[in-house]
Amino acid sequence: MTDWLSPEEWRAVALSLRVSATATLFSLPLGVFVALALARGRFPGRQLLNGLVHLPLILPPVVTGYLLLLTFGRRGALGQFLDQWFGIVFAFRWTGAALAAGIMAFPLMVRAIRLAIEAVDPKLEQAAATLGAGRLWVFLTVTLPLILPGIVAGAILAFAKAMGEFGATITFVSNIPGQTQTLPSAIYSFLQIPGGENDAARLVVVAIVIAMAALLLSEWVSRRVARMVAGQ
Amino acid sequence: MTLSVALRHSLGEFRLDVDFTAPPGLTVLYGASGSGKTSVVNAVAGLLRPQAGRIVVGERVLADTEAGLFLPPHRRRIGYVFQEGRLFPHLTVRQNLLFGRWFAPRGLPRESLERVVAMLGIGPLLARRPGALSGGEKARVGLGRALLSAPRLILADEPLAALDEARKAEILPYFERLRDEAGVPILYVSHSTAEVARLATTVVALRGGRVAAVGPPAEVLASAEATDLQELSSLLTARIVAHHPDGLSELAAEAGTLWLPQVPAPPGARIRIRIAAQDVILARSRPEGLSALNLLQGRIERLADGPGGRVLVMLAAGEDRLTALVTRRSAAAMALAEGETCHAIVKTVAIAPGGVGAAPDRR
Repeated sequence: MTDWLSPEEWRAVALSLRVSATATLFSLPLGVFVALALARGRFPGRQLLNGLVHLPLILPPVVTGYLLLLTFGRRGALGQFLDQWFGIVFAFRWTGAALAAGIMAFPLMVRAIRLAIEAVDPKLEQAAATLGAGRLWVFLTVTLPLILPGIVAGAILAFAKAMGEFGATITFVSNIPGQTQTLPSAIYSFLQIPGGENDAARLVVVAIVIAMAALLLSEWVSRRVARMVAGQ
Repeated sequence: MTLSVALRHSLGEFRLDVDFTAPPGLTVLYGASGSGKTSVVNAVAGLLRPQAGRIVVGERVLADTEAGLFLPPHRRRIGYVFQEGRLFPHLTVRQNLLFGRWFAPRGLPRESLERVVAMLGIGPLLARRPGALSGGEKARVGLGRALLSAPRLILADEPLAALDEARKAEILPYFERLRDEAGVPILYVSHSTAEVARLATTVVALRGGRVAAVGPPAEVLASAEATDLQELSSLLTARIVAHHPDGLSELAAEAGTLWLPQVPAPPGARIRIRIAAQDVILARSRPEGLSALNLLQGRIERLADGPGGRVLVMLAAGEDRLTALVTRRSAAAMALAEGETCHAIVKTVAIAPGGVGAAPDRR
C-alpha cells in the first residue's frame, strides 16, 4: 500500500493535511471573533474590516502570495519582527504554507460563521440576560452553542479550501519537496515534467479521495450538531 | 415590595410617558396593542434604556437617568416570562429551568426545583428538549424558569396570548397561585379584559403611551376613560352556595343571587365574576316572566355620559358595583336618576367563562 506512492509523494500528502489542519485550527478563534465583530459590532471601520477579510477571495492568489512575501518575508516588516523577537519564520517553511492557506480560507470561514450568528435570535440572548447571565456567559452558554453548526461548517469549508490552495502558497513559500510542497504543488510539479501525467494522476486520485472523505465527514458532523442544537 | 415606574421615551412617532406605582400583588398593564405596554416591561427588565426615568423595586433603584444609573438586565434579578416562551433550544427542559439558578446569588432563599416542577406539573418533560414541547408546555416551562432564578419581581409579557382557550385555562391557575403564594410582585402585560378580571389585584391602564387609570380592577374596568366601550365591565365577588343537579351553580353576591353554568370550584369558594356592561338590561320595576335567571337590584349611584350617545349607569348593591351601558334615549325614557332603585337583568350566558376566577386573597 505504502509503495503505491513514493515517499516524497506521501510527504506531500501529509504536509497538505498538516498545513490545512494547522491553518483551520489557528484561524478558527480569530474567525469567530471577526464574524462576531462583523455581525454584531457597531464601530467605525467595520466596512473596512469586512473588505479586508474578503480581499483574498477577490484578489488573484498570486497577488495575495506576493503581499504575504512583502509582509512576512525575511525582509518584510512583520517577518523581521517575528523572526527577531519570537523566532517565528514563515518564508519558505511549511508554517508559511499554513499562513497562506489560512488567509485564503479565512473569508469562507468568516462568512459561514457570520451567517450563523445573524441567524441567532437576539431574543434568546435577552432571555439569558434577564436570567442573570452577563455578556460573556450569554455568549458561552447561548450564542456559542447555537452557532456551533456554523462554526463546524466554516471550519470544514476552510479546511477544504486550504487543501486546494495553490497560487498564494507557491508564490509565498515556493515549491520545495518535503518542506513546502503540498499536494497541489506536487501535482503541478509533475505536470511540468514531460511524461509526468501518470504520476500526477495518482495524486489526483488521492486528492479526490481526501475531498470525498472530508465531504462525507462534514455532512455527518453537521447533521449531528444541527440535531443537537435544534433540540430534538 | 412595591414597584414604581416613571418613564419618558420616544420611539419614532410614539411617545411613552408613564408614571405609576404598583403595590404588592399582581399588577396588570392593560391596554390595546401599541399602547406601550411591552416598552414599559422591557424598560423594567433593562432591555430598553429609557431616555428619561426612574425605576425602583422595593428599596432597589434599577434605573435613574438623572443619577446616570442603569443596571444591565443580568444584574436586576427579574424573572421575565416571555410570550413566545423563549426557551433555549439547545438545552433540555431541566437545563432551561436551572439556567437562572447558575447566576443567582448564593445563600438566598430560593424555590426548589422539585416544588416548582410539581406545581407546574412538568416532571415528565424534564429530559425533553423545547422543540418537542406543545405551546402550553412551553409556557409552563418558561414560567418555571423565571421562578427558579430567585427573582425580586416577575414580569410577564402577554404569556397567554399565543395559546388557545384550552391552554389558557390550563395556565391561568398557575398565575393565580403565584399571585397568592409567591409573595413576589408580578407585572403582567395583557390586552385581555378576561385576564384582568381574573388575575389583577391592581390595573394600570395604558392608552397611547400614557397612564389612563390606576386602581383595583373593578374600578378601572368600569371607567370609560380607561376601558373601551365593549370591554367595560363590572367585577363582582360571589360565594358559591351550591351546585344544582340541573347543571347550574348558585352563587351569592351582595347584589343578589346569580345562576351560572356549572362553576369548577367547590361550594363555599369565593370567585370573581365579570359582567360586560353592554350585557346588562335595566328595568325600573321588577320584571316578571323572563327567561333570564339573573335579576339583581341596586341603587343608581352615578350616571355618566359615555361615548357614542350612551349613558353609563353605575348601580350600587352593598359593596358591589354593577355597570350598565344604555342609550341616552332609554335613559331619558326611563327617567333614570341618581338615587333611584333599579333592576338589572343579566342573562346567564352573558357571564363570560373567561371572566370567572378565584378571588385574590385580600391582604
